[in-house]
Amino acid sequence: MAVKKFVVGCFEEEEVLFNAVKKVRKAGYKLHDVYTPMPIHGLDTAMGLRDTSLHTAGFVYGISGTTIALSSITWIFTTDWPLNIGGKPHFAVPAWVPITFEFTVLCAAVGMVLTFCYLCQLAPFVKKHHFHARATDDKFVMVIECTDKTNDVEVSAFLSGLGATEVNVQHAETGWWLGRYDKERKLYADKTVTA
Amino acid sequence: MAAKYESLVRNPLVDGAKTYHDVTEDIVRPIEAPPSRAWWIGFIISVVLLLFGVYSIYREVTYGVGQWNLNKTVGWGWDITNFVWWVGIGHAGTLISAILLLFRQGWRTGVNRAAEAMTIFAVMCAGQFPIWHMGRVWMAFFVLPYPNTRGPLWVNFNSPLLWDVFAISTYFTVSLLFWYSGLLPDLATIRDRAKLKWRKHMYGVLSFGWTGSTKHWQRHESLSLVLAGLSTPLVLSVHTIVSFDFATSVIPGWHTTIFPPYFVAGAIFSGFAMVQTLLLVTRKVLKLEDYITMEHIEVMNKVIVLTGSIVGIAYLTELFISWYGANKYENWAFFQNRLNLFSPYGWSYWLMMGCNVISPQIFWFRKMRRNIVVTFFMSVIVNIGMWFERFVIIVTSIYRDYIPSSWTTYYRPTVWEVGFYMGTFGLFFTCYFLFSKFFPVIAIAEIKHILKRSGENYKKKMVDVDAKEADEYFHETQHAHH
Repeated sequence: MAVKKFVVGCFEEEEVLFNAVKKVRKAGYKLHDVYTPMPIHGLDTAMGLRDTSLHTAGFVYGISGTTIALSSITWIFTTDWPLNIGGKPHFAVPAWVPITFEFTVLCAAVGMVLTFCYLCQLAPFVKKHHFHARATDDKFVMVIECTDKTNDVEVSAFLSGLGATEVNVQHAETGWWLGRYDKERKLYADKTVTA
Repeated sequence: MAAKYESLVRNPLVDGAKTYHDVTEDIVRPIEAPPSRAWWIGFIISVVLLLFGVYSIYREVTYGVGQWNLNKTVGWGWDITNFVWWVGIGHAGTLISAILLLFRQGWRTGVNRAAEAMTIFAVMCAGQFPIWHMGRVWMAFFVLPYPNTRGPLWVNFNSPLLWDVFAISTYFTVSLLFWYSGLLPDLATIRDRAKLKWRKHMYGVLSFGWTGSTKHWQRHESLSLVLAGLSTPLVLSVHTIVSFDFATSVIPGWHTTIFPPYFVAGAIFSGFAMVQTLLLVTRKVLKLEDYITMEHIEVMNKVIVLTGSIVGIAYLTELFISWYGANKYENWAFFQNRLNLFSPYGWSYWLMMGCNVISPQIFWFRKMRRNIVVTFFMSVIVNIGMWFERFVIIVTSIYRDYIPSSWTTYYRPTVWEVGFYMGTFGLFFTCYFLFSKFFPVIAIAEIKHILKRSGENYKKKMVDVDAKEADEYFHETQHAHH
């Protein structure tokens, strides 16, 4: 993926950060992301991110699990090998509730975690650019992407004015780890843009 | 930012004047420091126990289940007792991590990580027992339903023992996923402050490249909430299904409808006791008293006295129903084989009653709930009692069956049966020692999340008017009106 230029600002307090996010969006800068050491409720809305559909995916996985379990057991016990267990009915739905339930939960949980890892591009040995080492400790790190029209000196000054305690400019490759090419069809390892 | 309302009456959940960075420091410090002498001693003892267990299993696999003292009527003995005991212990971890998350109990953040780890290790130990009890363990894969060349002869989906296979394996998988997804941000915290190259690399791999992006946090929150929602019925189902192993049979003493809720309450009871045992030591050794505070200990003791009393009511209900049902076999199982102190196993029933029902009542006193020595002692007593509960249910129901000629043998375990049990202690504590050395025992990000709301230096102090007794306050306002 192409190397892009970013302006990085560190904030110490949530209140300052929230205000800064609002101002940055109002000024029309391209907000790349905000990295925080813990979940901050409301920050996603403030940044204008849409709600996640992960729970819907979980529901779909769960229902699939229910369907697979019920239909498989039905086929096995009524068609493939109708086992006579003390003369009890072959189609014994109440007795299948436990396994159907467990399989539903299993599918929903495993499916959701895998989807979560896929969407967030998380996997062992994945290397990502970390804008600030203390973004996982105590700093709220706001990253603004520079486009052709952005003046990074101006953005830096703007962030300092909003209460950022540390501002710097970084060139980094961020993005999709499964694809070798980005939308601009540039080589993944292309470093030519580096200043 | 919409802050959650936090009552002024509640005590802070994090003691001391902490900043976000202090939280990181306090929790990561033990991971970065070399292990202490006490850690090595504990770890080596655990590994020795584990090896003894491995040898006990080796004997059982090589020479057969005859290495154990199971006899004609006692076909389930220590092995299944231990299985149920370990599964039960696991339940507290899920209760803390899932059910208390849904109930929005802030205090869970101090203890959930270690409790979830305990769940995973306990379920690992539990799983050993049914697997090795199979005797021909190399056939263990027969429990999996897959198209095979034996017919295909499928597994019996109507059998509670197969339900167990699904329940335990699902429970283990979901608990592991829940635990590990919660660990990712904290492992990233360790990675980002690591100075040693191997540590940076190791935690880099373990943390899956977590960055702390807001979008990722948003999905992470959604994931945690849904996993909690899934784990809540799951944990209830697991011990319900374990109790079905007994309750769906026709053995007097097992054939009772009260088993599912009674087993779940007992599981939470013993699980919380184990959490206390582990955390009282952990907080002291790792100096985490500011995070696992006296408040946490007290709250957990309240859960112990509640669930212990539920278990007590279940015992009494069982007795009542066996009398009220007027079935002579049921009567025999409960009043002769259990309640009669002078019957061969009467001592185990009264030991169970003393440990599980009578002794936890001490926690009605606030002073006792907040006494660390008493709590530690009680946590061990409760788990002894809960072990005996399973032993009583299993052995006293089957050691004298319908044919009195088979009554002569008194079931007592062999050294290899005990060794297997000791081995699972080895496995459990080996895992726990490794966990406490290499992983953050407290959820760092979650503590930071509640810090500004419930930390001692952030939380709003009660002003005088709030702190006044209600009566006094009422009088004053009355005067003000007239």
